[in-house]
Amino acid sequence: MKRVIAAILGTVAGLVALLSFKTPGHATGAASGLPSAALPAALPASSSSASSSASASPSATGSSAPDPTSGGTAPGSSATTAKSYTGKAVTTRYGIVQVKIDVSASEITNVSFVQLTAFDGRSQRINSDAAPTLLQQTLSAQSARIDGVSGATYTSQGYEQSLQNALDQAGLK
Amino acid sequence: MSAPTDIRLPQRVVERCMGTVFSVDVRAPGVDRRALTEVLRWLHWVDETFSTYLPGSQVSRLARGELSPGECAPEVREVLDRCAELERITDGYFSAFADGRLDPSGLVKGWAIERASGMLAERGSLNHCVNGGGDVQCAGESQPGRPWRIGLADPLRPGMLVGVAVGTDMAVATSGTAERGAHIVDPHSGARPAELASVCLVGRNLATVDAFATAAFAMGAAAPDWIAGRSAMSGGVVFADGSIWMSAELTPA
Repeated sequence: MKRVIAAILGTVAGLVALLSFKTPGHATGAASGLPSAALPAALPASSSSASSSASASPSATGSSAPDPTSGGTAPGSSATTAKSYTGKAVTTRYGIVQVKIDVSASEITNVSFVQLTAFDGRSQRINSDAAPTLLQQTLSAQSARIDGVSGATYTSQGYEQSLQNALDQAGLK
Repeated sequence: MSAPTDIRLPQRVVERCMGTVFSVDVRAPGVDRRALTEVLRWLHWVDETFSTYLPGSQVSRLARGELSPGECAPEVREVLDRCAELERITDGYFSAFADGRLDPSGLVKGWAIERASGMLAERGSLNHCVNGGGDVQCAGESQPGRPWRIGLADPLRPGMLVGVAVGTDMAVATSGTAERGAHIVDPHSGARPAELASVCLVGRNLATVDAFATAAFAMGAAAPDWIAGRSAMSGGVVFADGSIWMSAELTPA
């Protein structure tokens, strides 16, 4: 139980670390969107219950998180059509991963794992940690409304399960 | 049935090249689809010319002494000159000979992306974003009145971010071990630095930003001080133990 709590605290720390850069010479409005997006309490009311339960208890994620109906109905957008995109199952160093995203009005409303198979103890720890945090984080990323992702150069295969791929798929629809 | 006739639609292409995937995201209206085709042709030409994996590329032949710089394309000479300049500016931490053998790859991708962004601008696209395997050059805005927002991948937690870079006409590059293992060499010692998981730099022009990110990674634990001394850039360093350093320009939560 201690370990679980430590993992949750790590998750919260990771979310609080979701800060924002200023580019030299440019005033930004970053502060308005991001810090609040980093905290479950400040998520849109429609999705806050799902995400706070995800961060409070990783084991509850499977039942509460993939809830496209609550995630997709922001005020005034009830008429927009939601679409799902399922990525290919990819073997990574963390195990087999397959991600599904729900998109409504060009925004990611939900991310869920279709498949998540760990190889070893370390991956298991990462996975049990990563499943809720990816969900949480991507909701934050949605609130932060990122347009792209920078990271260490991925291989063509690594791209398949990347957040950039999800963004591209949503943009290519 | 094609998108190009609808000038309101953003245009996006995804292309495999240089062993990774490029995403070209044009938000400016009225840009000819052929501009995107031209960009993809350029990226593939750069791959064929500069690849260290293709034995017949000009760079491979140059490394084997089968070509002299004078016999290469002018772009090859431009890159070699730029590498020499960057090696000087970074006190040798960026080097086209980091592993002893000619390999300008630390500059080529960022340089090619920056050039691709310039090609789009010449074709009338003031607002676009070119992402090559995680190295990003943005121009203009993502939407009217809204700067580009580029998430910075957390190297230790797949799918998470450690921050967001916000700006117009912005370049973002990340060097790290998350995807391809320890492949960056400190040219001074020949060692592969193990202290860091990733270095992310944000600046104006991707060629320089990309090369600087490689140099900063090679510096290991000295990277934060070096980045803090660059007036034109901000950045973040994720250490292998998970701790994070961010530039003073950071907007606190």
